[in-house]
Amino acid sequence: MLLKVDNLVVNYGVINAVKGVSFEINEGEIVSLIGANGAGKSTILKTISGLLKPKSGTITYEDHEIQSKHAPKVVADGISQVPEGRHIFSGLTVMENLQMGSFLVKDRSQIKHNFDAVFERFPILQQRKNQDAATLSGGEQQMLAMARALMASPKLILLDEPSMGLAPIFINEIFDIIKEINKQGTTVLLIEQNAKKALSIADRGYVLATGKIQLSGTGQELLANEDVQKAYLGG
Amino acid sequence: MQTFFQQIINGLSLGSIYALLALGYTMVYGIIKLINFAHGDIYMLGAFWGYYVINVWHFNFISALLSAMLVGAASGVIIEYFAYRPLRHAPRITALITAIGVSFLLENGMSYLFTSNTRNFPQIIKQVNYNIGGVLISNIQILILVTACVLMVLLQLIIKKTKMGTAMRAVSVDADAAELVGININWTISFTFALGSSLAGAAGVLIGLYYNSIDPLMGMTPGIKAFVAAVLGGIGSVPGASVGGFIIGILETFVQSIGLSAYKDAVVYFVLIVILLILPAGIFGKNTKEKV
Repeated sequence: MLLKVDNLVVNYGVINAVKGVSFEINEGEIVSLIGANGAGKSTILKTISGLLKPKSGTITYEDHEIQSKHAPKVVADGISQVPEGRHIFSGLTVMENLQMGSFLVKDRSQIKHNFDAVFERFPILQQRKNQDAATLSGGEQQMLAMARALMASPKLILLDEPSMGLAPIFINEIFDIIKEINKQGTTVLLIEQNAKKALSIADRGYVLATGKIQLSGTGQELLANEDVQKAYLGG
Repeated sequence: MQTFFQQIINGLSLGSIYALLALGYTMVYGIIKLINFAHGDIYMLGAFWGYYVINVWHFNFISALLSAMLVGAASGVIIEYFAYRPLRHAPRITALITAIGVSFLLENGMSYLFTSNTRNFPQIIKQVNYNIGGVLISNIQILILVTACVLMVLLQLIIKKTKMGTAMRAVSVDADAAELVGININWTISFTFALGSSLAGAAGVLIGLYYNSIDPLMGMTPGIKAFVAAVLGGIGSVPGASVGGFIIGILETFVQSIGLSAYKDAVVYFVLIVILLILPAGIFGKNTKEKV
């Protein structure tokens, strides 16, 4: 098991956003966490990546607890998050954004290798490498945000609403890329409101509502589940 | 015409001091959105350090300048650590008032420890004036201009070409995203304070050489003027701070040359009012809406 979240409780300001959530991710899987707006999905992700501290519960990654670690330490451990809304560094070039992605990688040949891999997967970024990242389109920015996370050579990548605000053509492309990233050995935790897409590429999924896990199963089981269909797949 | 060029030379010398100071204001603002009103006092500390090491340890110009930059950097980092870091998540006005408090502490602390007397800054470099077509330029003016330009070019290289410089820019646009790629925010903010404050330390030694006199309150007015320069250039913009500094320096010397010495400070503040009315984002500033 790569990551195990056990009985996690997180307050977001005064709101009790996550109320005792447990789930696990095995190495090599794509796991999707679906649920409506405000279900606590993003809060869980931010807690795993160290931006938020849980009130109680544990997050175990590769046999050690990481819930009290700061974000840069979690990145160093091999967990990279692609934040909701992309959060690329505007004013920095595409190249500089990617360099920042490998901020903690000391080995120069590793950085070079990551650049090659990222440019191979996202040729558009190579074309635009000297452009201000703010001038990219929404889909390109999403690719940049994913590429930036991959520059850290993560074992586990956390994706927060990667399809949000994108044109349908880009959405398909982004999900194809997620599958490819996974095939090449990176474990994926995916958070999505686009439940149909997210479950169709997932090995396993969890359905989150009002801060609790309501259902879990393989991606196909959840897609076929009547309650899930009613609530998240538009009947 | 000679008078005109003479004033340009004088204005550039003074302006390069303002520019060095303005860079510190703009960098700190860029990264933690704080107007560090204690910045002018770091320049005072730099001048006093220069005074001390030249008189007592007989440092030459270069070693006085470099050591004053180190002292400036250390003071900036210490002030940030003890005064501003605990207020990182407090409302901005709290940090601003704290900055004013730190400024008072440094000014009055130095007056208390070393008396508020004005001292003559040791003249380690003998002044020589060159007459170029009727325009007088001294070796000290050349030294100030060259030193300031070298430091500004170095700063620009650090910000644009190094990993820490890129990290500084990354933190200033999006601190959360910077943490998510593994950048240590506290370390980056300390680094920014060190860079900006080292320039203030250098400016302190340069002004000592130029004006010959230093006192514990010497940082107040130049500090405010450098802040005006940073606003004029567009606060947060590094090239803007340099350009703003030179403009304020030249403006001030021109006002003096037409016989309005008594009003030179008033003119600078008048400029601030005009900028705020006409060009609120400054020359190089981006007009961004505040996110709520």
